[in-house]
Amino acid sequence: MSKDIRIRKGLNINLVGAAEQTTSKAVTSNVYALNLDDFHGITPKMLVKQGEEVKAGEPLFYNKNYEEMHFVSPVSGELVEIVRGARRRILSLKILADKTQDYVINKVPDLDTADGAAIKNYLLQCGGWPFIKQRPYDVIANPEATPKAIFVSAYTTAPLAADADYVLKGKEQELQVAITALSKMTPGKIHVSIGKNSRSAFADLKGIELHKISGPHPAGLVGTQINMIDPVNKGETVWTISPQDMVILGELLMTGKFNAERTVALAGSVIKAPKYYTTKIGAEIATFLYASGVNEERFRLINGDVLTGTKTHTEGHLGFYNNTVTAIPEGNDYEFFGWNKPVFNKISNTRALTFSWLQPNKKYDLDTNTNGEHRAFVVTGQYEEVFPMDIYPLQLLKACMVKDLDEMEQLGLYEVAPEDFSLTEFICISKQPHQQIIREGLDLLQKELG
Amino acid sequence: MKDKLHQLKLKYQGKKMAPAFNALHTFLYTPNETTHSGAHVRGADDLKRTMNTVIMALIPCLLFGMFNAGYQHYSAINGFPENFSLVNDFLTWDNFLIGITTVLPLVIVSYGIGLGIEFLFAVIKGHEVEEGYLVTGMLVPLIVPVDTPLWMLAIAVAFGVVIGKEVFGGTGMNILNPALTIRAFLFFAYPTWMSGDKVWVHGAVERAGTADAISGETILGSLAQGSDYSYSLSDMFYGFIPGSVGETSTFLILLGGLFLIFSKIASWRIMVSAVIGSMAMGLIFNGIVDAGWLPEYSKFHTLMSFPYWQHLLVGGLAFGIVFMATDPVTGSQTNKGKWIYGFLIGFLSVMIRVFNPGYPEGVFLAILLMNVFAPTIDHYVVRGNIKKRLKRLKTATIYPKASDEVDSLKTETA
Repeated sequence: MSKDIRIRKGLNINLVGAAEQTTSKAVTSNVYALNLDDFHGITPKMLVKQGEEVKAGEPLFYNKNYEEMHFVSPVSGELVEIVRGARRRILSLKILADKTQDYVINKVPDLDTADGAAIKNYLLQCGGWPFIKQRPYDVIANPEATPKAIFVSAYTTAPLAADADYVLKGKEQELQVAITALSKMTPGKIHVSIGKNSRSAFADLKGIELHKISGPHPAGLVGTQINMIDPVNKGETVWTISPQDMVILGELLMTGKFNAERTVALAGSVIKAPKYYTTKIGAEIATFLYASGVNEERFRLINGDVLTGTKTHTEGHLGFYNNTVTAIPEGNDYEFFGWNKPVFNKISNTRALTFSWLQPNKKYDLDTNTNGEHRAFVVTGQYEEVFPMDIYPLQLLKACMVKDLDEMEQLGLYEVAPEDFSLTEFICISKQPHQQIIREGLDLLQKELG
Repeated sequence: MKDKLHQLKLKYQGKKMAPAFNALHTFLYTPNETTHSGAHVRGADDLKRTMNTVIMALIPCLLFGMFNAGYQHYSAINGFPENFSLVNDFLTWDNFLIGITTVLPLVIVSYGIGLGIEFLFAVIKGHEVEEGYLVTGMLVPLIVPVDTPLWMLAIAVAFGVVIGKEVFGGTGMNILNPALTIRAFLFFAYPTWMSGDKVWVHGAVERAGTADAISGETILGSLAQGSDYSYSLSDMFYGFIPGSVGETSTFLILLGGLFLIFSKIASWRIMVSAVIGSMAMGLIFNGIVDAGWLPEYSKFHTLMSFPYWQHLLVGGLAFGIVFMATDPVTGSQTNKGKWIYGFLIGFLSVMIRVFNPGYPEGVFLAILLMNVFAPTIDHYVVRGNIKKRLKRLKTATIYPKASDEVDSLKTETA
């Protein structure tokens, strides 16, 4: 049985350069890298020394605060470099891949008989655990907490992001195995949201509560869906997992192999032929970037979508959680009288001589210019128009800025992740860094109360 | 020029004068700043554009005010024209000349002093010059009487900007609307100048006591004293009446208001609820008069029987509702709160008007009062959301952590 959810508040950011729905195989990357910033809040303890050989799926390091939580290598090869930053903090691990891939074959627990604890241990040992994230705090799930429900969003509304329906095509079996395994770890439900008119791989799967969702971005963000379906209260935990990572989990539970392969959308106005590529976690972006070609010399390469992704560069590697790579023009140029001219080529949710409201379906070619300077919060009522959750966004942001723990808690910080504030950040007239404010707020709350 | 300015910007970087230079630079060119954290693309609007939109909505009122300054001046001397024609009697060169010589200096003083202080504070505190004063500086000349002496205005602006805004930390941090703070300062510091029947028409003060004496009482002033006025309803609506520079034309204010609502810059909730509020209060007063509850000795309250909806046509009520009450910084910040805040502004404005015959303009006092109460309103609105969350918490399904279970087992066995 499915339930319909309709989101009214929001804003679709239609950009030029959506990936065409054809998939090519990316050239095999020579070097793979795990970027440690992807695992927020994890302090790594290395298990492998520089220069040692690892197999695909062999643990590289573990979580200092939870030793059983392993992080495994996406490929087999030699750990050639441990890149360190200030105070010897590990930034990334680089692995020179072997010509022929050699996998660790784990002993798979029998899904019919295994209990939640056995599956948990298996996922922790074999590197599948980091795919599961939790709210509150938007970090890798704490294995000690039992979630009241698990949420999966298979509806894509983020600009230029990989279409969940497309990349999941034919993965029903893996998804079903992953669902069965996940359902043993929660007494609650597994809520899966799909687009209202979509042909999702989830449509016929068992053991899930299916929701059909429609409306503009951020309808596809899992945080919005949690808020609509079963919001997080203080003391509660919910887990979230992206559907593509469920495919990897499913395979891990079927074959015992950690197969880091996934389909990635290469999109953005800078890309000549935007389309999908199959590649592996940690692969060099250059291995498929130049296959599609680029139009410009100066551009911003983003691991993820334009609202929530992280900045990278042409020598960068695909992130652990990303299935989209976006390239858009850099906007480090001045614009003459940019603040009072009528604007036709940018998106706005006001009508102050901005005309994007005339053509809601027009596709825009946005660059990275901030279109104005950073200011104190001035305008009110603006965020509420694109923020569908039952939360006061401005008040919550201010509570985070002044580090008022009580207010943060009462106003619903447990329910949100930084990505939920990406759209308010996009339209913010004062150009405040909303996602950073929320991230710092979450970190503080976790440190003090978690 | 773009490159030269860029070189200059780099040269000034980190120096004391950088904010002042950047203010001028960003006025000419939107800066080359790119996103660093969070969303990599950003919407088209910035604070400058927002403020500019409000100024655009104010320009018709300013131009009308200039012509009206001349029109009221000549009409006070020669009598009102019998067959009024917009082009021949109002939009004339003579009227405009009076307007230019009286209103423009007000604008220049307001911007000159106000922006000067803004630049000074920005340089001292090392932050960017913020755009808040662009609107305030335009509002101020529109809400003062046309013959306000420039030195008074200068002092009031300095007071308003420093005490009303900068001491709180600048744009976005102030509690009271700076333009209204300036207006209130003028009123309470120079009450004899700011009321009566002289200050509203250009030249009336100089001619007082001479054979050529003229006067121009505002409609509210006349009503408060129980005397009659000779303006028709259409005069009031289109604004051919004496009053502060920009507040007379309800028609143009309405257009400005619609523009601000359409462009989503100002809150329609505040405007609508303020109109409702003022009508509600007006209706109550009309009802009291109709019911005959007034004893003979309080019949001097002529404003009580003033038709409720006409309150919106006279004085500064319409202007206050559209341009002052909707200030996002000093008004309520929650959508629910905006309804309450706007309603009370309209309600209190008419109440003060009626009960205070000495100074029959209640709008600025009502808005300033509600500015103070806006955070309280918001507090209770946000409490409502918090309560909902706390209620939900009662049915929360919290599972014990794995480690807790082990601990509890240990204590049980021990």
